[in-house]
Amino acid sequence: MMIWVIIIGMALVTVIPRIIPAFIVDFIQFPDWVNKWLQAIPYAALGALIFPGIMTVVPDQPYIGVAAGIVAILLAWLRIHVILVVLSAILTVFLLTI
Amino acid sequence: MSLEEKQVIKMQIRDGFIAGSPIVVGYLPIAIAYGVLAKQAGMTLMELTGMSLLVYAGAAQFMGAGMIGLGVSALEIIIATFVLNFRHFVMSLSFINQIKQYAMKWKFGLSLGLTDETFSVSSIYKKQGNQAYGYFFYGTIMLTSYLSWVLGSFLGGVLGDIIPQNLSQSMGVALYAMFIGLLIPSIRKYKRIAIISIAAMLINYIVSPYIGDGWGIVVGTVLGACIGIFVLEEEKL
Repeated sequence: MMIWVIIIGMALVTVIPRIIPAFIVDFIQFPDWVNKWLQAIPYAALGALIFPGIMTVVPDQPYIGVAAGIVAILLAWLRIHVILVVLSAILTVFLLTI
Repeated sequence: MSLEEKQVIKMQIRDGFIAGSPIVVGYLPIAIAYGVLAKQAGMTLMELTGMSLLVYAGAAQFMGAGMIGLGVSALEIIIATFVLNFRHFVMSLSFINQIKQYAMKWKFGLSLGLTDETFSVSSIYKKQGNQAYGYFFYGTIMLTSYLSWVLGSFLGGVLGDIIPQNLSQSMGVALYAMFIGLLIPSIRKYKRIAIISIAAMLINYIVSPYIGDGWGIVVGTVLGACIGIFVLEEEKL
């Protein structure tokens, strides 16, 4: 029973921050600089999500995650499709850990 | 609805599947690992699948299941979840602003499916979203991601560790590689974007040991994007 209380509590505190913007954005006219800030968020979020998290892929060998990241950067720069970028990074970690 | 419109919807759904497929590749092994961990922590199959259905947040679920196993109080677990997931508020604000023109029901429905991964894919693939029936594109991304997460958790709970350990460890890089694969083409097109991303990386790296991973991502994202106010030029976005 207690576990369901925890699950429902976790669900509420997760979903509320997710949905609030859907209700407020219509009623606020953002100034230009806020719009610019909002447009920059995806790029900032991607940065913060990639690093330093990528170093924890193999927790005791952070360089393996970094190496896979460099492979991903190079392939993505060469306009390789994102699915192949993902598979190549997986292969890199796999080869470095056998 | 005309035949042409149906064709457009079909194409948006197909594009959504393609755009969402790296998320599925990334989610399945992580969800299976979560299912295994939650089972070991003493949760039933129904509870661990229910958590995926209702909470739908990877890192928080790992943490939650771990804390349940340790017998931590409900309040502490719920507060820790709030802190860890608060970053979705910032992401949702940005995404909803991007889809301002959509009807309320779509804004609401799509925001329910917002995770780090669905947000990243959705905000990079703006083009499809701005075309007619763009909500079918985003809806497909959200739904396939959600279903793969729930299905993976269930499988992990039922079958246990079905993926060999070194393969599942390797697959742990999938979502990071996807984030890179989304970011690099944007930087290639507009180099100044790199300033924002690198700033966010460094800020997160510096502050997260002190304030935790959840707040680290929030602070890195919010401040990194502030730099964007100064370096981005309106006409190039």
